[in-house]
Amino acid sequence: MLELAFKGSKNYFGWVLGLLVLIGIGFGFYLYQLKFGLGITGMSRDVSWGFYIANFTFLVGVAAGGVMVVIPYYLHDYKAFGKITILGEFLAIAALIMCLLFIVVDLGQPMRIFNVWIYPTLHSVLFWDTLVLNGYLLLNLIVGWNVLEAERNDTHYPAWVKPLIYISIPFAIGIHTVTAYLYCGLPGREFWLTAILAPRFLASAFAAGPALLILLCLFIRKTTRFDPGREQIQALAKIVAYAVCVNFFFFLCEVFVAFYSKIPEHMEHLTYLFAGLQGKGSLVPWMWGSVVLMLISIVLLVNPSTRRRENILMLSCACAFVGIWIDKGLGMISGGFVPSPLDHVTEYAPTFPEFMIAVGVYAAGVLVLTILYKIAVSVKEEVA
Amino acid sequence: MEDSRRRFLKLAGISALGLTAKPVLDAFAKEHAKAPAPEFEEGPKALKAMQWAMVIDTRRFKSDADLQPIIDACDKIHNIPVFENKRHEIKWIWDEEYEHAFPTNPNKFLTERLKDTPFLVLCNHCENPPCVRACPTQATFKRKSDGIVLMDYHRCIGCRFCMAACPFGSRSFNFRDPRPFIPKITMQYPTRTRGVVEKCNFCAERLAVGKLPACVEASKGALVFGDLYDPKSEVRKLLKAHYTIRRKQELGTEPAVYYIV
Repeated sequence: MLELAFKGSKNYFGWVLGLLVLIGIGFGFYLYQLKFGLGITGMSRDVSWGFYIANFTFLVGVAAGGVMVVIPYYLHDYKAFGKITILGEFLAIAALIMCLLFIVVDLGQPMRIFNVWIYPTLHSVLFWDTLVLNGYLLLNLIVGWNVLEAERNDTHYPAWVKPLIYISIPFAIGIHTVTAYLYCGLPGREFWLTAILAPRFLASAFAAGPALLILLCLFIRKTTRFDPGREQIQALAKIVAYAVCVNFFFFLCEVFVAFYSKIPEHMEHLTYLFAGLQGKGSLVPWMWGSVVLMLISIVLLVNPSTRRRENILMLSCACAFVGIWIDKGLGMISGGFVPSPLDHVTEYAPTFPEFMIAVGVYAAGVLVLTILYKIAVSVKEEVA
Repeated sequence: MEDSRRRFLKLAGISALGLTAKPVLDAFAKEHAKAPAPEFEEGPKALKAMQWAMVIDTRRFKSDADLQPIIDACDKIHNIPVFENKRHEIKWIWDEEYEHAFPTNPNKFLTERLKDTPFLVLCNHCENPPCVRACPTQATFKRKSDGIVLMDYHRCIGCRFCMAACPFGSRSFNFRDPRPFIPKITMQYPTRTRGVVEKCNFCAERLAVGKLPACVEASKGALVFGDLYDPKSEVRKLLKAHYTIRRKQELGTEPAVYYIV
């Protein structure tokens, strides 16, 4: 099937070329980082994880969100989703590849990365995270490829694929649960030390993943002869509507616990994010922007008349996606580090090289997604 | 080939450790079937304990000037670099005000003395260290023989999970090559490379040759070092005689650094 990726329009190849250029630029900055060290980033002794790990966390959510098309189709026999499960699985693959790349660029000694498996450490959550992430990646590759190939050859996929599909469902929940456990099991980091962190991560994942999938479906319908289907898009929209509401509810739960209990360590992080602390508050406009975007998406998605209009749906999905990206990609990680365990307020902002490396990683992910979607859509066009 | 390599290792071990040949051979014989693991021979003068601990008598410190010689002693022997950019800072032992050393134990109306007293802070060598739990490669580990939380700079992958896990901000990351920024390199302790985490090691390298930690030595008696589980040790005597506090005791990490206030 891979040959399908090598046949395409001028626009397709132009897009691929553009992505390759971005990857090249990002790689150039990465070489600079390899030579100098992580000192080229905005990270510091106090804020020791930044943009890379935040985007990693966000993208784990996007990957897990793919399961929202798998569950209805394979567990509830919701036939309509059969058309688009492949899009969910391939989105997960691209997101996972970005996750792994973000981990690699964040390491101080990337050439030693296999120490994690050479010295397997069962009490480290990071060890388990590498297992579930790679496992989920592998499962999606095998399942997605086999199901699509069967569709192309007008046969049923081999029987041994079915158990892998079922296994991939707990894996999807697992990747974001284990990723939340990276944070929420650390003493002295009160912002993350909350039992609701994993559920909150999952809620935001099930909003951001399907929201992106809707945008991709609308794009595919516009640019190719394959129509993912109005019913499918509307069903996804309902999933996003529920998930953004639950996500916002979880956030309000956090706010209540912190500010009703009035325990300083619990309030400080939220105060820093939404009002600033000791005169420092570079994230304040971002965080309020995120709240506004999420509220807009809730209103437009819950209301059936706006949800059904596809151009408004596009807007509300974009709002949900960007709002969650800000919340998780900017607030969640920085917010946990500010103030520091010694109650110092050290702010963090990504530097230009750091930003460009992140752009390079995103470009690599989009390239993978482009190629996989090109193959999937070509097969769909063939069999249609 | 494999055999000659083993013989070479045996010979190297014997010549390096001189007269203590037998235990070395035994160690290698024991490892014969498995991959060779590092084995260390304790020096004859090595200081031993079940769990090393420190008591800091903060009443002895009036100002930063009292602390500086202690901090300098550590910085010098451990090749700590000096960076102008605060983001790249490396700190093993440093000073903080009360409200930052004990942020979860605030006192609105602190005594004048404590308000002005600088507090020395360093790795607490917790009995129950969260950093060790978090590390995915066991590059940071709690040494069973004496409870020191140590780092293997050659195994660390630089993921900085330990920094997120430490509730005391005791860990530093080499954001860039530290070597050009070390005022005067000493050969007694290795310099580090960029991309690895480091922290106070309770001067494990000095204990191995029968010396007390450099900060303790430089403190003129204000810092006392000893075995927490030896009722006759110097630290236990102090703990018996004085009310002491520890940093963030409520987290249950059991810090091994105690403060007399």
